[in-house]
Amino acid sequence: MPFAFLGLFFAYPVVAIMGRGLVPRGSIDLRPLRDLVADPGMRRVAWFTVWQATASTVLTLAVGLPGAYVLARYKFPGKAAVRALATVAFVLPTVVVGAAFVAVLGPGGPFAALGLERSIAAILLAHVFFNYAVVVRTVGTFWASLDPQMGEAARVLGASRRQVWWHVTLPSLAPTIAAAASIVFLFTFSSFGVIVILGGPARATLEVEIWRQATQMIDLPAAAALALVQMAAVIALIVALGRIQELRAVTRRLVAARDSARRPAGALQWSMLVGNLLLMAVLLATPVAVLALRSVRIAGSFGTSFYVALVESGRRSTLFVPPLEAVWNSVRFAVMATAIALVVGGIAAVVIASRPSRRGAVLDTLLMLPLGTSAVTVGFGFLIALDEPPLDLRSKPILIPIAHAVVAIPFVVRSVVPVLRSIDPRLRDAAATLGASPGRVWREIDLPMVRRAFAVAAGFAIAVSLGEFGATVFIARPDYPTIPVAIYRFLGRPGEMNFGQAMALSTILMVLTASAILAVERVRVRDLGDF
Amino acid sequence: MKLRRVLALAVGLSIVAAGCGGDGNGTSGKVSGDRSVPDAGKVVLVTHESFAVSDPVLNAFEKETGITVEILRSDDAGAALSQAILTKDDPLGDVLFGVDTTFLSRALDEGIFVPYEADGIERVPEVFRLDTESRVTPIDYGDVCLNYDIGWFSRAGISPPSSLGDLAKVDYKSLTVVENPATSSPGLAFLLASIAERGAGGWEDYWRSLRDNGVLVVDGWDQAYYDEFSAGGGSGERPIVVSYASSPPADVIYAEEPKSEPSIGVVEASCFRQVEFAGILRGAPHELAARKLIDFMISKRFQEDVPLQMFVFPVVRDAELPAAFEKWAVVPSSPLTLEPAAIAEGRDAWITEWTDIVLR
Repeated sequence: MPFAFLGLFFAYPVVAIMGRGLVPRGSIDLRPLRDLVADPGMRRVAWFTVWQATASTVLTLAVGLPGAYVLARYKFPGKAAVRALATVAFVLPTVVVGAAFVAVLGPGGPFAALGLERSIAAILLAHVFFNYAVVVRTVGTFWASLDPQMGEAARVLGASRRQVWWHVTLPSLAPTIAAAASIVFLFTFSSFGVIVILGGPARATLEVEIWRQATQMIDLPAAAALALVQMAAVIALIVALGRIQELRAVTRRLVAARDSARRPAGALQWSMLVGNLLLMAVLLATPVAVLALRSVRIAGSFGTSFYVALVESGRRSTLFVPPLEAVWNSVRFAVMATAIALVVGGIAAVVIASRPSRRGAVLDTLLMLPLGTSAVTVGFGFLIALDEPPLDLRSKPILIPIAHAVVAIPFVVRSVVPVLRSIDPRLRDAAATLGASPGRVWREIDLPMVRRAFAVAAGFAIAVSLGEFGATVFIARPDYPTIPVAIYRFLGRPGEMNFGQAMALSTILMVLTASAILAVERVRVRDLGDF
Repeated sequence: MKLRRVLALAVGLSIVAAGCGGDGNGTSGKVSGDRSVPDAGKVVLVTHESFAVSDPVLNAFEKETGITVEILRSDDAGAALSQAILTKDDPLGDVLFGVDTTFLSRALDEGIFVPYEADGIERVPEVFRLDTESRVTPIDYGDVCLNYDIGWFSRAGISPPSSLGDLAKVDYKSLTVVENPATSSPGLAFLLASIAERGAGGWEDYWRSLRDNGVLVVDGWDQAYYDEFSAGGGSGERPIVVSYASSPPADVIYAEEPKSEPSIGVVEASCFRQVEFAGILRGAPHELAARKLIDFMISKRFQEDVPLQMFVFPVVRDAELPAAFEKWAVVPSSPLTLEPAAIAEGRDAWITEWTDIVLR
């Protein structure tokens, strides 16, 4: 089923659109591809794409791992709120965050003195801002269920802190770190808005070039050639990272998160906690606060008129989106997308984790591809692939949650697989020996352990769907505007009120996301206390 | 086992979601399955994200004709045209709105439109009717112009710029923000304005002098206007920006505190004119309804709705402008312009050359 879903809603459209570009009249025309390889400008673009993604990934891990540790191992008041806030950053539309970064780093902003406006540093910072949650959530969840006793035992046996980290903790975490790293890399590899807004016009990624060729130059063969290059690079990367994950998959004893977290003790642990919280405050909270502030700051004083204008009824127009309707559309699509992603991603995770088979590996690669694929490729692919009955879906609203689910599935898989893989197979064998059916083994052994991973996955899926803009906007769709689409419309026309309402809607999006994630994490019922 | 219920619910929901495919927009599921019996009471308008019409105007059309208008949107004019080209064997809808002067030749060369001479086309001046075969109908026009912050210039005691040439002068050093013509439609229009004014041999030098005079280039209009322009309502500090001739009325209409005059001025001599067209897609399943929709789009009623909905100008002679436009909008008497065919031919090379001059 996961094969069928991704085959139909990802692989087929993508192959179709590339085919249209490169096989225009029944015969393969590789000229666009040759032109591309021969163009030094394009080589520069490809190189920039790779190195900024690598740098962003390394930096995000460096900043995110301590954060994951703190949230996994320490108990402190407001922890759930901090986790939710970190995730809020992940969903904000890049247009809006880009504007916030420009306001913070640009002339007149609080960090203007750093001179980071339109620099590589600004791009990297924004990538860390967006992807911090990916590391904290995927690694942190796994870390929280690692039994701390193993490390403690090693310490008792005379290992130094550093030895424990290198020989006990890091090897256990390696698969989930690789999972997080591959997601971050793919996201930044296909970065669009951040590059366009913060990088200035002289910098472009392959993603930006694909968009430009397809929608500004209307050169579809060139766009298809670029998409092919992007896809090849992404496949190569996923295969390489997949190897690491397979090599390092080790079974570990898992425990309930609440048993592994404790209150920080001693100066070192306290400074670790406070340091990380401060970092989050500067990195994550500043742009968020700037947005919230802009939504209420009006001509030098404070007021709510941007919010009032959002619900104003006098503006009857096809363009105007009542905010409640945008919220409702967003929530509806998020629920559908999350349901699809959990079912398809959950099944895929079981297949991938159950045995390191070829099929599992292929599925794993296929699942990750959408993260590194251009939104234009997918959106245009839907148009030409899904146009025949019984699957004439191309201008149907259902494509929106499907497109969101395609992006959310890798998060589900990457959150669940490491947990599934670390379940000791002897537990399953024991249960089977005692007469449990395979279904019962899954229900009684695996399910309780992956519950938390599913809650995290659901949080991600909701967040992905609420914030998704790229793929949505390239689907020719009837008018079901989501919050990001409404924000985009406001920012498309001049006038203080339009700008202010975009800021107000962004703030609403942040609040909505934070509430949804807090609610999902509450649902995760009894933890692993069952055995 | 609460989670089992959650999972069961999830499975259920996804089945429901999958089932929704057909009922998303009424009758269309059936119609597309059997194209020989199209639904005559419907027309599908394919357009971009900024298309707007006020509900009463659209409802009046639907009521008078019995035709339901379904609007399909995707990103911008370029994306919508690209999609129309991709789907030309099996069009997404009946009418495409949003092809502008800069894309017109490309759209016509691709053969995506069928000719139709709209009822009332004689009310549209010849100057807008750029296709002699009537494959597209002009719907609106707008001018891309330099805008300036009136307050900034009066405080600084400098007179605002009055020509393209002024931007290269030392008085205006580092005051201007423009959009990248490779990624932005107003950015391209402004590059075309410089080519129209300076000619094939002169525009390159003009841009070299702008670059040396500290022009700032950003990728999109919203960044230029909201993040860099000092009168845009955002955090910007540059008092000159490439925007629209309709920015002053927008500034008044969308002011947070009611204001009696705009804080934005327009440099008339810098304006480049773009006409926006609609056309009936070849193979449209509802061609008769599509004709009625085109007629409606140049009707007085729709045309008078255009300014306040899309901040562009009506093309028909008999449309009256709203008061704010009458008072604050600038309509240059002889705007800069280029032939669509010349644009189609020169565009790629101009953009590449511009990029080499300004960004490298």
